[in-house]
Amino acid sequence: MTALKSFIDLVADPRLFFAMTTVALVLVVWKREAFSSNRWGWGLMVLLAIFFGFGLTDENFVKIIAKPDNVPIVALIFLLVFFTWYSMREAVHNDRRIAAGKPPVEKDESDRVWTWPDLVYTELISMVVCMVVLIVWSILLEAPIEQPANNANTPNPSKAPWYFLGLQEMLVYFDPWLAGVVLPGLIIVGLMAIPYVDKNPNGNGYYTFRERKAEITIFLFGFVVLWSSLIVLGTFLRGPNWNFFGPFEYWDIHKLEALTNVQLSEYIWVRGLGMALPDNWFIREMFGLALTLFYVVGLPVLLAKKGLVKYYEKLGPTRYYVAVLLFLSMLSLPVKMLMRWVFNLKYIVSIPEFFLNI
Amino acid sequence: MATKTIEPKAPALVRAWDWITETQVWTSIFRHTAPINDKNRVLVMLSNVFLHMHPVRLRKSGVRLRYTWCMGGISFFLFLVLTFTGLLLMFYYRPTLEYAYSDIVGLREHVPLGIMREMHRWGAHAMVITVWLHMFRVFMTGSYKPPREFNWNVGVIMLVLTLLLSFTGYLLPWDQLAVWAITVGSNMARATPLAGYEGPGAQFMTLGGVPLVHQADDARFALLGGTVVGEGALLRFYVLHCVALPLVIGFLMAVHFWRVRKDGGISGPL
Repeated sequence: MTALKSFIDLVADPRLFFAMTTVALVLVVWKREAFSSNRWGWGLMVLLAIFFGFGLTDENFVKIIAKPDNVPIVALIFLLVFFTWYSMREAVHNDRRIAAGKPPVEKDESDRVWTWPDLVYTELISMVVCMVVLIVWSILLEAPIEQPANNANTPNPSKAPWYFLGLQEMLVYFDPWLAGVVLPGLIIVGLMAIPYVDKNPNGNGYYTFRERKAEITIFLFGFVVLWSSLIVLGTFLRGPNWNFFGPFEYWDIHKLEALTNVQLSEYIWVRGLGMALPDNWFIREMFGLALTLFYVVGLPVLLAKKGLVKYYEKLGPTRYYVAVLLFLSMLSLPVKMLMRWVFNLKYIVSIPEFFLNI
Repeated sequence: MATKTIEPKAPALVRAWDWITETQVWTSIFRHTAPINDKNRVLVMLSNVFLHMHPVRLRKSGVRLRYTWCMGGISFFLFLVLTFTGLLLMFYYRPTLEYAYSDIVGLREHVPLGIMREMHRWGAHAMVITVWLHMFRVFMTGSYKPPREFNWNVGVIMLVLTLLLSFTGYLLPWDQLAVWAITVGSNMARATPLAGYEGPGAQFMTLGGVPLVHQADDARFALLGGTVVGEGALLRFYVLHCVALPLVIGFLMAVHFWRVRKDGGISGPL
């Protein structure tokens, strides 16, 4: 038992956790034919249930899972796994039909039915079920109320509401101006831009994967891997001082983690060229600035000529650059994560003179 | 002698029902009989204000849970539950430093079997999840594609508003959980480029040598009505939570539902 718990604690490490969710997504998309079977869907739900059931025997696990405000996230984990599987199942089902020359299921269900009774009764039953779930949930679990607010007593860890914990987790890799302002803004802009940059006319109004491979893969990566799994990570696996703790680990406030992160400028000037850091910030940071500039300007242009030519021609320059810039902003998070994990890189550009750290 | 046939009398409840539905009061409310034939199934959708947001008929796939997951509908229902329970909570809650915390404790201590706060809190958490799943479903069925681009955008804004509603409500109990969660969240605004006092480029925002952006005059100050999460923030979040944001999201809901109809009803293959 203890060995199993330590093993789970070990693989829940942010690096492995992120790598595993990414690999899982790749497998889901690649092996979707097998994944979409009922056996996989129910198997995953049972596996999750067993994991949480097993976890409930551990007091450290219970401390975090059973925090009233964390209960919805347990529900979210089940729902997300279920609906990811379910939408892939529907998509694969339709893809098979289309491959066999038949229309998607939704096309066969195109004929009209009466709103009364077909829809209003479904709505009524849904409302009753929701109400029952909500009332039972409310009776069983009391809403939390802690000690009165005290500005002099900072809890450790201090956490934002759970739906923002993915953003708080980003603070490990980015400064607040990016993690808290610019990237959230870009998420909203990016979501709103989707219908305008996606020119693929297929898959409108029915589940399909084959007709929308890139779109669905990118969306699943953004929504399930980046947004949702980072929320889970930030809620369950981050303890005092935002240190990592495995699900069965005690939240030791004195846990020490060495901070050995190094700026890119130091890598280049001090370790690479063996010189002192230049006093002028522009000279000091010119490599980082060039790299950043390349990422947001050079790379899109380069990709338009090689690699993404197909998309450039299909979308036209405006749509292409908007889409690629938004895509690269999304990828900036895993890129920065990797650089942190592999090179201990702190900032690519670090200009504390006017709070500009990238 | 001719035999006299006696009609069996209808059961008392049926007769009572028949009598009630024939009174002038009843017929003034319901202009037609029950929707048991096609004509009345049309009329019920046209004459009932609560049902008229529906079409009279719709795609078969549109009533299937396997297609819609019912997540949009559940989100709307949860919004109604939250409005109602929130209204009840407003009777007991005063948004001041003096009373906020003790009113919540009082709600727990003095209201026997009370679950309004629980329903409000768990309903709010649930609504965040159902709104995400609604977006997930709409994406997976490609329902944001033309002609529904605009409605997807309205939806994205409502998703953000849902998070803001939840965030502003999180502060109101005025306990440690609330205040520090809002502190962590609102500290981000300090780093707003050009508009937060620790944001990139803020120190260049000067007029004649006088700094325009400083700790008591930046994006975070505007959000909190102070330099810390205090009385100003409580009042601001209360007004946003109870009045401003519900009004905006309610208005957008009207647009959203209207556009679902105008953009061709629930999505399906062309």
